[in-house]
Amino acid sequence: MRMQEILILKIVVRFVIPFIQVYGFYVITAGHLSPGGGFAGGTIVAASMVLYALTFDASQGLEKLSHERASLFESLGAIWYVALGFLGILVGGNFLTNGQIGIPLGTPGYLISGGLIPLLSFGIGIKVAVTVVSLYYSLVEED
Amino acid sequence: MAILDLLLLSILVLCALAAVRTRDLLGAVIIYAAYSLLMAIIWLQLGSPDVAITEAALGAGVTTILMIATISKTGRYE
Repeated sequence: MRMQEILILKIVVRFVIPFIQVYGFYVITAGHLSPGGGFAGGTIVAASMVLYALTFDASQGLEKLSHERASLFESLGAIWYVALGFLGILVGGNFLTNGQIGIPLGTPGYLISGGLIPLLSFGIGIKVAVTVVSLYYSLVEED
Repeated sequence: MAILDLLLLSILVLCALAAVRTRDLLGAVIIYAAYSLLMAIIWLQLGSPDVAITEAALGAGVTTILMIATISKTGRYE
């Protein structure tokens, strides 16, 4: 039986993928409060996309996230991190200075807290997710 | 808790030995996934939930998928 013919697998995967992605984005956004963060959450989001490409087809997954789009998102994540880091130098502090750049620090223990940290882990999450998915695509691609 | 730790560690050593000794590469990858899952529980026992989450997502999930993709491109038996 070929992979493309299994109906139950396709329907279950179609049902499960949103939950995996919501959990991954939860791990990213709550990274400064609880275990997890950009790397772990990005890996979970990437696992959902790899699951899609495994169940359906790698070519169908490549339609959703082509190599050009993948490299665009990857560069955007890295540039986002470095640009936020250089904000500190612009104000006259160190690289990745948090409080001095005037960002509201919020109440400790709440979701909006930590200043730069949630924004940084968002950039890391996007970069890690796209990198892992494009690693998988470049491994299974027919050429 | 000490009994649970001892049990987990002994199964971990068994998994590591089996993954090295088996001749079937697909079987070795699956044993390695079980090893990663056990390792994640042990990280949690050691009080490091951050590493446990990363180990469960990367070690048991993505690494296994990448290795299985490699096996499907090459051969199953060494």
